[in-house]
Amino acid sequence: MSEEWRRLDPRTLLADAVVLCGVAGGAALPAVAGLSGGGSLGRAFAWVLSGVVLLVLLGTVGDWVRLRRTRYRVGPERVDLHTGLLLLKRRSLARERVRSVDLTANPLQRVLGVVKVRIGTGENTPGGESTLEFDLVARAEGERLRRELLGRAAVAGEPDRDGVLASLDPHWIRYAPVSFLAPALGAAAAGAVLQVSDWFGAQAEVVDWVGDRFRDTSLTWTVVDLVLLATVAGAVGALGLWVEMWWNYRLEREPGGTLRVRRGLFTARSVTLEERRLRGIELVEPLGVRLFGAARVDAVATGLAEHDEDKHGDLKNLLPAAPRERAEEVVALVLREPEPPTAAPLAAHPRAARVRRLRWAAWGVLVPVAVLAVLGPLLTPVLLYVAAGCALVLGPVAVLLALDAYRALGHGVSGGFLVARSGTVRRTTVALQRSGVIGWTVRQSYFQRRAGLLTLTATTAAGAGAYAVRDAGEGQGLVFAAEAVPGLLAPFLETPEARPTEG
Amino acid sequence: MTGEDAVRLRPPRNAVDERAVAWWRSRLLAATAVPVVVLAVLGAFLGPARTWLLLAAGAVAALGLVCTAFLPAWWFRVHRWEVTDEAVYTRTGALRQEWRIAPMSRIQTVDTVRGPLEQAFGLATVTVTTASSKGAIRIGGLDHEHAAELAERLTALTRATPGDAT
Repeated sequence: MSEEWRRLDPRTLLADAVVLCGVAGGAALPAVAGLSGGGSLGRAFAWVLSGVVLLVLLGTVGDWVRLRRTRYRVGPERVDLHTGLLLLKRRSLARERVRSVDLTANPLQRVLGVVKVRIGTGENTPGGESTLEFDLVARAEGERLRRELLGRAAVAGEPDRDGVLASLDPHWIRYAPVSFLAPALGAAAAGAVLQVSDWFGAQAEVVDWVGDRFRDTSLTWTVVDLVLLATVAGAVGALGLWVEMWWNYRLEREPGGTLRVRRGLFTARSVTLEERRLRGIELVEPLGVRLFGAARVDAVATGLAEHDEDKHGDLKNLLPAAPRERAEEVVALVLREPEPPTAAPLAAHPRAARVRRLRWAAWGVLVPVAVLAVLGPLLTPVLLYVAAGCALVLGPVAVLLALDAYRALGHGVSGGFLVARSGTVRRTTVALQRSGVIGWTVRQSYFQRRAGLLTLTATTAAGAGAYAVRDAGEGQGLVFAAEAVPGLLAPFLETPEARPTEG
Repeated sequence: MTGEDAVRLRPPRNAVDERAVAWWRSRLLAATAVPVVVLAVLGAFLGPARTWLLLAAGAVAALGLVCTAFLPAWWFRVHRWEVTDEAVYTRTGALRQEWRIAPMSRIQTVDTVRGPLEQAFGLATVTVTTASSKGAIRIGGLDHEHAAELAERLTALTRATPGDAT
């Protein structure tokens, strides 16, 4: 047990200085361009260079002070972190409350052999006060912290299936371009081209240039071509991002009951999760990925704070989109179940739920079409054609989605797990530990009351905090809830025999 | 109808305090008055848009008054609560009704809150939170002395019930 105070790694200075140089250099280029407009290039360059040097020097000195004033200690019971020059911050975490230790290193930090360590307690307090961040320590030291803080004595008598649960199959990359990320990236690329050209005041030229390229084509084909171009760009971007995020991916179980996900090409990241915190698992099938028979696996765990500032922040992601059978294997391995609960047969919901979805689809199409049809005669007849087109195209799509949404609905109990599935654009199957359910919320809207349906929500300390069984039959849902978590709902149910009116 | 289909949640045993109706009414009135006054004042000063602004104010006022007339009585019929040795159980809502159940062993905190309006009517709200970010239960419109007693009883019960709350 190390009890002495330790400092951050001095290589932090170098890492931060290089980043600062990059930032200052990036800002310097336009500044040189701007200043040289009036006078000589040499003088502008000298001014900007001295500014950059000053900035980097000041930043490094500041960083050095931070380094000198920061120290940490891993004691037998607490982890302490003291930091700050004027505003002294002394933070201390009880070691028994440490639930996760994440190591991150960007490419530069990897070259220098340092990592950023984030120690979490598993509480979602606002403001991130429950995490300690060691920015940066040597890689070996990071590994040591991780092992020491999470390497509790393995529970005796528990069969530990250690080792690799899943590792990357390069074939999975085929699911990257069909994710929702691809169109988003395509749109972002188009937006970026326009934005950057706007900075240089050349947006009009870019638009003209594109117009010139398509001089001989009709408007429709121009639009189709541009959309195709953006789609291809998006797909390429999605492939690149996938490689960056999932390279070297491994999901392992370590002695002492922790799961560890390692991944990343440039930015290596390692997420460690105590199995004690795991309350279940979520099998997520976004529409595009589902059409190709794939699914991804997310953990439902307490205290997995979403790090908003981190772009790679999907900490709960245990497996990227992979063939469904493989995903279910991983579910079974992670949960230590012989059969994956997410593959269990589920009870279907009443037909009234299907009627409801079809009605939503009808309204969703009819309202915009009606608005267009009313405005058409008033403004321009083109709107009438648009309305007809909308009805013809959107109508069948909406009906298909509604039917698919109904097919997705289901709930059931599989061993120690409660399973619920819903969604069409993003279908999720959640398997929640029955002992992890800490309350029920039953909701019934006026329309659900008329249709004899209700939405049952199991609240839990983990993940999203609540998982819903949508539009189950009234009796069906309540009986299911009472059976899934014995003793909780049953005292508040009444059966026909107990009801005086139906004696 | 089969036997399973006829199973339903029974209403919780206790109604909220009768003064809650007046409290809800004044809250709705206040919520209506603010936009109506703003719209009316704007209407008085902005000549060109006067008709539309006053029309909007009238519509909001009519809607608010209808809500004030009917909603609180409806809420009073629906809003009920119950505390047993094992769980807290509430029913709220009107058009969209909601039943919430939290077991004693999972309760983390018990708070009593009294806003200015509630104080005027001698009422209080008891909020019970669990480890879930979405599992809080609120029992509004209780007599404030009764609410304090209830909070005390809940705290005692939670302490007596073993559980790690997660």
